Amino acid sequence: MNSGVRQDNRFILQKIDDVSTLDLTALRTTLPFKKLLVPPKFSLFHFDSKGYATDFSTLQKRVIFGLHPCDIKALLIMDEFHAKEFKDPYYYERRNRTVIIGLSCLPDDKCFCNATGNETVTEGFDLFLTDLGEYFLVWVGSSRGDDLVRECPKLTDANVGHEDLKKYMQWQKHRSRQFKMDIDLTAMPEIVELSYDSHVWEQEGKKCLSCGACTIVCPTCPCYTVLDEAELVKMEGERVRRWDSCMFREYSMVAGGHNFREARSERLRLRFIHKLQSFVGKFGKPACVGCGRCLDTCPVGIDILSMVKHLQGEEVRA
Amino acid sequence: MSHAVQIKNPYLPEAMRLIRRNPLTEDVHFFQVRAVDMERALSLDYSPGQFMMVSIPGIGEAPFSISSTPSRPGLLEFGIRRVGRITDAIFKLKENSLIGVRGPYGNGFPIDNMTGHNLIIVMGGLGAIPLRSLLFYALDNRDHFNNIYLLYGAKRPAEMLFRKEFLNLREREDLKCLLTVDKDDTGKWPCYTGLVTNLFRHVTDFDPQKTTVVVIGPPVMYKFVIAEILKLNIPKHQILMSLERRMKCGVGKCGHCILGGYIYTCLEGPVFSYWDVMNMKGLI
Repeated sequence: MNSGVRQDNRFILQKIDDVSTLDLTALRTTLPFKKLLVPPKFSLFHFDSKGYATDFSTLQKRVIFGLHPCDIKALLIMDEFHAKEFKDPYYYERRNRTVIIGLSCLPDDKCFCNATGNETVTEGFDLFLTDLGEYFLVWVGSSRGDDLVRECPKLTDANVGHEDLKKYMQWQKHRSRQFKMDIDLTAMPEIVELSYDSHVWEQEGKKCLSCGACTIVCPTCPCYTVLDEAELVKMEGERVRRWDSCMFREYSMVAGGHNFREARSERLRLRFIHKLQSFVGKFGKPACVGCGRCLDTCPVGIDILSMVKHLQGEEVRA
Repeated sequence: MSHAVQIKNPYLPEAMRLIRRNPLTEDVHFFQVRAVDMERALSLDYSPGQFMMVSIPGIGEAPFSISSTPSRPGLLEFGIRRVGRITDAIFKLKENSLIGVRGPYGNGFPIDNMTGHNLIIVMGGLGAIPLRSLLFYALDNRDHFNNIYLLYGAKRPAEMLFRKEFLNLREREDLKCLLTVDKDDTGKWPCYTGLVTNLFRHVTDFDPQKTTVVVIGPPVMYKFVIAEILKLNIPKHQILMSLERRMKCGVGKCGHCILGGYIYTCLEGPVFSYWDVMNMKGLI
């Protein structure tokens, strides 16, 4: 089982053997669940003189415990992305072996899933637990989830009454009052479209370090690069897939050295056009789920919130 | 937990044999490749304008336009310019060695929409590689198209790819073959000299509404050629081009070829219309 665990002032998603290390108050983990479904670096296949071979047999079944609604919405985006056109076997061989148990949360000052329309989830999990104080309200989201509940009948009570629902409603109201972030994504696709030539890209591009931290922590960023790692003497090795970032300089560079996105401002613009404009056109919702990770991570304060404010023409606190 | 049947793995290359190679110019070579299994080689289908991912294990993988036509099955042909690590390794391959190939990928040219049209093929530089596929496809299916024009501009005769092949095409009566070089340093060049844009004055007598132009060349060529094409009143969605981008997967996942904010060149391209290019910004 993998779950949020406290480490210094952060939470990390890691394998737990002892349930007592599990932290039910864990909010956003530094790296999102994607690290378990498409690891930062893994072998696509082994090659040698005989040919190419992939081995999925060593992949283990596991449970990811404690995903919050924003992460589950991101998981649904990743599921769809990796299924379309060419189904990605590396993602799905891991995904099909993974049980998702969601957990309710109370937002902190960087959460804005309410603004991206992701404050509640009705799918994408096997079980979802809402913490109502003395007990949890358990949503069963899949046949696998149903099996899990039936496996431990002593833990659950199938009789959900009016009082329970009332409590649940009160809890939801209480939660929605906790959001502190002032962000409004109304008409963002149009604003981004009309801001293609805005000075904002250049101005923020000057600050950007091209470190790629924003894409690494983003739960909906799937980009990767591929490299061959070969033995020195014999013709044998691994073709390796590693997380990549559209913030890196080489991202759009072709053989011969021409770079379609040489300037940092161009790469920054690509990221925000993708998250806030084009993705909406394609899927009807932004590729930002409001988890707040980029706000927590960017060393120079470029994030969804600050960019949205800039594009809307408002002052941004330094 | 029950586990689904293994998903087909689109990342695994298929071993193919390099049958023949010869130089087209100093740094561009021609490679003929065939699937090891003959049945597979003959059934491998693709469209003009598509590309394949070619692998050298231990070095890496990169996308290459297919230069052969599906109307002549059995062989896959590529024109490859030596430009980096992977092409260096490909240039070191001897005939009869095995290489990894997967694909075909990309949309290819919208042949169905072009059927019955006049076809104007405009090539410059390496653009001749993917357009050779379309040209021979059209010539092999000659009754599907109305007039066919080939306009090719190279810097010097020695830099014209498929030079002999194209010079021979001048004899055909069902094709207007217009070849030009910027400068004839041999004194023996039998065709036009000057820029490819000058050739458009020989493209006459056609209905622009029923015409498709396909233009592929170096970025500098597009601006001037498209200005000429627009003068001919050909609709913007019937002006087609093919874009080059960095690609690591070919299957819409790695992200490097992304255009606009969510157009994967490897899935929705590499062939785009001039309208797409105007609409999406930053494409050429």
